[in-house]
Amino acid sequence: MTGPAATIVVIVLALAAALPLVLSNYQVGLATEMLIFGVLAVSIDILAGFAGRTSLGHGAIFGVSGYVVVYASAQVGLPPAVAFVLGVIAATVLAVIFGLLAVRTSGVYFLLLTLALGMIVWGICLRWTQVTGGENGMRGDVRPAFLLTHRAFYWAVLAVVTVVSYAMWRFVRSPFGLTLLGIRDSESRMRSLGYNVSLHLFVGFTVSGFFAGIAGALYAMFNNFVSPSTVALAQSVEGVLMMIAGGVGTLFGGFVGAAAIIALENAVSAYTERWQMVLGVTFILIMIFAPEGIVGTLRAILTRKGR
Amino acid sequence: MSTFQLLNGLTFAALLFVVASGFTLIFGLLRIVNLAHGALYLFGGYIGFAVATRTGSFAVGGLGAMAAIAAIGFVLDQGLLRFVRGNDLRQVLLTLGFAFILDDLALVIWGGDSFTVPIPQILRGGVRVFGVFYPSYRLFVLIIGIVVFAALWVLLNHTRLGALIRAGVDDAEMVEASGVNIRSVFLVTFLLGSALAGLGGLMGGAFLSLYPSADAEILVFSLAIVIIGGRGSLIGVGVGSLLVGLLNTLGQVMFPELAYFVIFGPMAVLLAFRPLGLFGRAAST
Repeated sequence: MTGPAATIVVIVLALAAALPLVLSNYQVGLATEMLIFGVLAVSIDILAGFAGRTSLGHGAIFGVSGYVVVYASAQVGLPPAVAFVLGVIAATVLAVIFGLLAVRTSGVYFLLLTLALGMIVWGICLRWTQVTGGENGMRGDVRPAFLLTHRAFYWAVLAVVTVVSYAMWRFVRSPFGLTLLGIRDSESRMRSLGYNVSLHLFVGFTVSGFFAGIAGALYAMFNNFVSPSTVALAQSVEGVLMMIAGGVGTLFGGFVGAAAIIALENAVSAYTERWQMVLGVTFILIMIFAPEGIVGTLRAILTRKGR
Repeated sequence: MSTFQLLNGLTFAALLFVVASGFTLIFGLLRIVNLAHGALYLFGGYIGFAVATRTGSFAVGGLGAMAAIAAIGFVLDQGLLRFVRGNDLRQVLLTLGFAFILDDLALVIWGGDSFTVPIPQILRGGVRVFGVFYPSYRLFVLIIGIVVFAALWVLLNHTRLGALIRAGVDDAEMVEASGVNIRSVFLVTFLLGSALAGLGGLMGGAFLSLYPSADAEILVFSLAIVIIGGRGSLIGVGVGSLLVGLLNTLGQVMFPELAYFVIFGPMAVLLAFRPLGLFGRAAST
């Protein structure tokens, strides 16, 4: 990272850390949610923007992590830190299974397969009542005692998100990440250059699932509750929408998209209960008018001016 | 598996066939994965239910559902999808947004209660087949499934439109270059596929009942069938529906809570060996 970029990062972090000092508890909660979903959106972007594979199954990976965290701490009685780690491990294992199947496909088939896999997870969470609580979901106080206040939890999430973001940034900038970019641009060329395309995609999928799992575990701690809607298709779709709203391939655009969608959800919910319909309309409008997303569109405007 | 369960599996497969054949027709020819297909199914069921209870006729309900869903399909294809043609990902995500709107609309209009479409008088009760007493309505669904298969078979293999559709599945550009207005073939296919979802909704509404998450369940079955059968193949949908229908019934008998999981196994095995499905062919583009 060079001088100006580092300065920007420090300023953004300082601003983010100072937020709870001026916001109400409710707003701090919203900001926490934005950070958590930002990680989910960025984890999807690792695949969509850098490997050219858009996953509609990440909501399930995210949600399974949440389920395991709540189950491990509330039902089994494990300490929160252990539950957190178990949740992330479960998500990663699920990502391994998804990845093994999904890397054989590309384009629309990848989308279909991840969608179907995610829905199977949803079906299991809904029907396996003894373990998952069925439609009622599971409740449990997951947070450790020192993170009970809104502000303390926000700072903890910010710290985790900072580390995770750095890790994701390093990942896509690494030689491995560049190979993924190459696969996105021309799979056949990378194959003829001697790269193992399937293996790279598989590892990329697993890493992406690992990060989605961290987001899911954080969300379980934030909400103290999981239900089938946490793993539902809508969750995956919202993650993808946030990623696209931010801008595919911009990585940290995911945070911008998450902030925009959650702010919209919050504003809309004040007037109507029809959030799902607004989400659908937003989706269609973005697909037709702004497929580049917020960051992508800004970038395009800036480069046009810069010329 | 007892005869009764076998029949359950077959009749469920017949329903799945009606829904999934519409899905694969659209996917095969237009390359659009219409994720609103489940929502169209549910909407068709609700509309069919409304029409059938008002008019007291199941057949009129079916026609109403098909016409209404074809009309909604027209709006989706001509009003929205035309703006994102040629871009797979944007098309898929757009239909997903459309599905969200339809689902929420259904919730506004019909609420969250579950409905069961009334079965016509002659199809109530049961008949004795292969030594078991079996509900006549489910046998009727099986017959409709076979009739739809036969009709689609004739349409695809023995009519000019069918020839155009088959040619379009293989190479839409070449068809257009030979002077055919492929756009209108696309539109007819889209409407036909949507109408099949509507018909499926009415038929399913009478024995699976209609409730807010029914669309997602039927969608995942349709996806599994297309993944197993392959893109745009009628035989593929038939075989896929039979597999998924029978496996699902078997799963419900043996592991009631994990029935969903049972369709996952064969799908995974299949993908490992044939990523394009049993009867799928690589796209020419």
